[in-house]
Amino acid sequence: MNTIICDTCGHHNKEGTTICEKCGKPLNQDTQKTLLNMRYDGTAIRSKTRNRSIIDKTWNFFSSIKVGVTLIALALIASAIGTIYPQETYIPQTVDPSEHYRDQYGIPGQIYYQLGFHNLYGSLWYMILIALIGISIFIVSIDRGVPLYRALKHQAIKRHPKFLKGQKLYGEYSDYTEEDKQQLLQHLKQRRYKITEKDGHYLAEKNRFSRWGPYVNHLGLIIFLAATLLRFIPSMYVDESMWVREGETEVIPGTNQEYYIENQQFIFEVYGDREEDEIFETALENNGAIVPRHYETKAAIYQDTSDKEVISEPELEEIKRGEIIVNQPIKFDHFHIYQDSYQLNEFQSMSFKLHETEDADEEAILEFTVDLVDPERVYEFDNGYRIELNDYFPDYELSDGRPRTTTNYPRNPGFVFFVYGPDTEEAEVSFLAIGQNLAAGENQYKLSLTDFDVRNVSGLTVRKDLTLPFLGLGAFIFMIGLIQGMYWQHRRVWIHPTADRIYIACHTNKNWFGMKSEYEKITEGTPFTEIVDQENKNE
Amino acid sequence: MDYLSLSGTLLYTAFILYLVAVIFFAATVRDKRQEKQFTFVNKFAITVTSVGFLSQLGYFITRWIAAGHAPVSNMFEFVTFFSMMLVLALIILYAIYKVALLPLFTLPLVLIIIGYASVFPREITPLVPSLQSHWLWIHVTTVALGEAILAISFVAGVIYLIRQIDQQKSTYRTKWLEIVMYSIISTIAFIVVTTTFSLTGYEAEFVYTVEATEDREETQASLIYHLPAIFGKSDAELVTDGRMDALLPAPDWLHGEDAAKKLNTLVWSLAVGLILYLLIRLFARKRVAALIQPSLRRTNPELLDEICYRSIAIGFPVFTLGGLIFASIWAQEAWQRYWGWDPKEVWALITWFFYAIFLHLRLTRGWHGERSAWLAVIGFAIIMFNLIVVNLVFAGLHSYAQ
Repeated sequence: MNTIICDTCGHHNKEGTTICEKCGKPLNQDTQKTLLNMRYDGTAIRSKTRNRSIIDKTWNFFSSIKVGVTLIALALIASAIGTIYPQETYIPQTVDPSEHYRDQYGIPGQIYYQLGFHNLYGSLWYMILIALIGISIFIVSIDRGVPLYRALKHQAIKRHPKFLKGQKLYGEYSDYTEEDKQQLLQHLKQRRYKITEKDGHYLAEKNRFSRWGPYVNHLGLIIFLAATLLRFIPSMYVDESMWVREGETEVIPGTNQEYYIENQQFIFEVYGDREEDEIFETALENNGAIVPRHYETKAAIYQDTSDKEVISEPELEEIKRGEIIVNQPIKFDHFHIYQDSYQLNEFQSMSFKLHETEDADEEAILEFTVDLVDPERVYEFDNGYRIELNDYFPDYELSDGRPRTTTNYPRNPGFVFFVYGPDTEEAEVSFLAIGQNLAAGENQYKLSLTDFDVRNVSGLTVRKDLTLPFLGLGAFIFMIGLIQGMYWQHRRVWIHPTADRIYIACHTNKNWFGMKSEYEKITEGTPFTEIVDQENKNE
Repeated sequence: MDYLSLSGTLLYTAFILYLVAVIFFAATVRDKRQEKQFTFVNKFAITVTSVGFLSQLGYFITRWIAAGHAPVSNMFEFVTFFSMMLVLALIILYAIYKVALLPLFTLPLVLIIIGYASVFPREITPLVPSLQSHWLWIHVTTVALGEAILAISFVAGVIYLIRQIDQQKSTYRTKWLEIVMYSIISTIAFIVVTTTFSLTGYEAEFVYTVEATEDREETQASLIYHLPAIFGKSDAELVTDGRMDALLPAPDWLHGEDAAKKLNTLVWSLAVGLILYLLIRLFARKRVAALIQPSLRRTNPELLDEICYRSIAIGFPVFTLGGLIFASIWAQEAWQRYWGWDPKEVWALITWFFYAIFLHLRLTRGWHGERSAWLAVIGFAIIMFNLIVVNLVFAGLHSYAQ
């Protein structure tokens, strides 16, 4: 590798260095007239010096801030496009997306769907874009961070006069005493500058750690992005949902049949029936709809302790009992169970009676109850009557003249009963649903609904996310780096005495206003108060 | 004691005090003395601002007591809180830089924002279960503070642009700056128009038919306009006597029951804004920016540039903490996932991307001065888009604030 030899001190600098590492003399002749470029303290940056192999070229591509910023801008635009129409996860689950976008939003919706924008954030190209940003962050941090760290760690105290003259804030003073200089140093110390000295030259420096801020926050981002990928490792992440009816015990999905949950009670409360709700009266009136105040599932969690090697009935042992409330999931063995949704007053059972069609009093010949979740097919009675449940539609609707069920939940049950009398061979057919009682032909017997039971169903979400601690760590490191880099500034003051005068130069990586006002305070009562902002002078 | 009415009074007091402070800050700018001198008027004006802030803080606390939950749960409450944080951000940045122009431009913006908030229903709303968490105030207050500090960069950026852009001839830059001016005037027009018609009690009811769907029969629904209808729902019929019928049907591609009404309000604001803007142009015979420019001559543009950048440097970490990190923690608890690509979440990410770009361009590529001021203006536009358009137009989990 080529080196640049400083013509003043003879130090061998790496190719690409713009300021001599040892004496601080500007190595690039062009910079003589203008201010020194102090980025990365003039040290050699890999991406600025090597451009030969493919690796160099790739490295240089990703270490460019321009490329990084462009990638972020692309991600910004892409993200915005994704909000034009609702994403697939937010459209009703019962509709076909290919039709939904066209029907709701017309031709633009159709195009949106066909370009795959309805699932933009999960698309490969979006993920690649984010991954490219991650790579860029990683490479740029190594490319700039390492040389900067070395340059600041080994910075020379005694700098070439041209180095000082090339700083934005620079002053030359001839009329001063040793006392003045000592007072200046004293003030610097009071303002918590670290002062180092060599041959009467001084370097006062503070808050160097703030220079590492960007690299720390980039590290946090890399950890965060890597942690999002951990989700794809099996057993790190479980996302299931389930419905549990009051009084029932169900196996918890995603737990390998190991855990069970019992819905002991579902509680649902709305606003408006308590005294303290008076304050919400106007809002509730304007809203019109019912506003839920609170809903929770009183639950018990069981673990199956039976031997898994042999097929056997589960042996349930209670391990936890408590409430599952919105914002307060129940937790066990890395699993979180959340209160998600609910179905109120789902039909549990319906009771019927049989009577003579002609009987005005509808005197019951027999009575029976149908369990709507797991109905029995045949109901036999001592008096010789027999009733068959020929067909059952839990969520009945009429479609093209034929009955069918929309869901498997007993929300609007419909029944086809076959009724056999003690002396009839042929079955009489009856159809019953809420508000409907149809007979096929002239029936001797008629069925009527006498009673029903309802219960609530709790919609729960089962989550296990072992990636959260890593994500949290990444976010935490990111915040630390951000605060470190944004709320502190790295400030340096060089004091360079010559035979008849003293040179003073200041540098800060940002917030020049703050540097200037601090300089004013440092030099209060000394002859060094006037300092020139050379950037403004040149304008 | 009735905390609710007390809280209303305190908010009103704060509004008046900010108004008084603006007048005093205006007096300091006309002052012939040096900017750096911290005159008595300056001190008085900032004291009035601080008292106003305390009064608004009183509004916040008393409303919290009255409601039983942090008053940041609907549009009125959030926007009012945002205005309060804007004052706090202003006090912080004024303490650092002591530039009287900053409050002189920020406080009118605060007044506009409070006015905007008052357009929304002001009653206390009950909290749905997912909002019943301490994270409500932790998340929302941090986001509001972060956005408010970022908004200061917009104010500094606008002052910078008015100060620096050459008004001798018409250029793209002067035109864009006029668009910014016109947007601000239209916001004022929106407040004036809605308040005026609401004071006169204007109400026009339109009835339309909702088509039958699989699980619903055909029904009649009504839409109540509080502004005379320029745009109406295409199939709706006016049923209130003596009110103006819609002049034009809203375009078909607008969806949602309220879309026509929202478009109507938007058109009203833009039209009245345009009239106001043209009136100013007509009387002044100058661009609005050119009208303000002479009074900014004595400010140091470098200092404005620094404030513009510094407020982003301070606000960005606060916004990240509130808008992304606290938001994710709460989303994990309430919605079972830390991130779900809800429009509001996406626009928070877009805001974050944007300011990240700003900081990279500024710190490593040397985008100073005018370029950085324009970016600050765009950044504020994104924040406002997320606050207004995403809440009111996009359907999503955060649109509880309708």
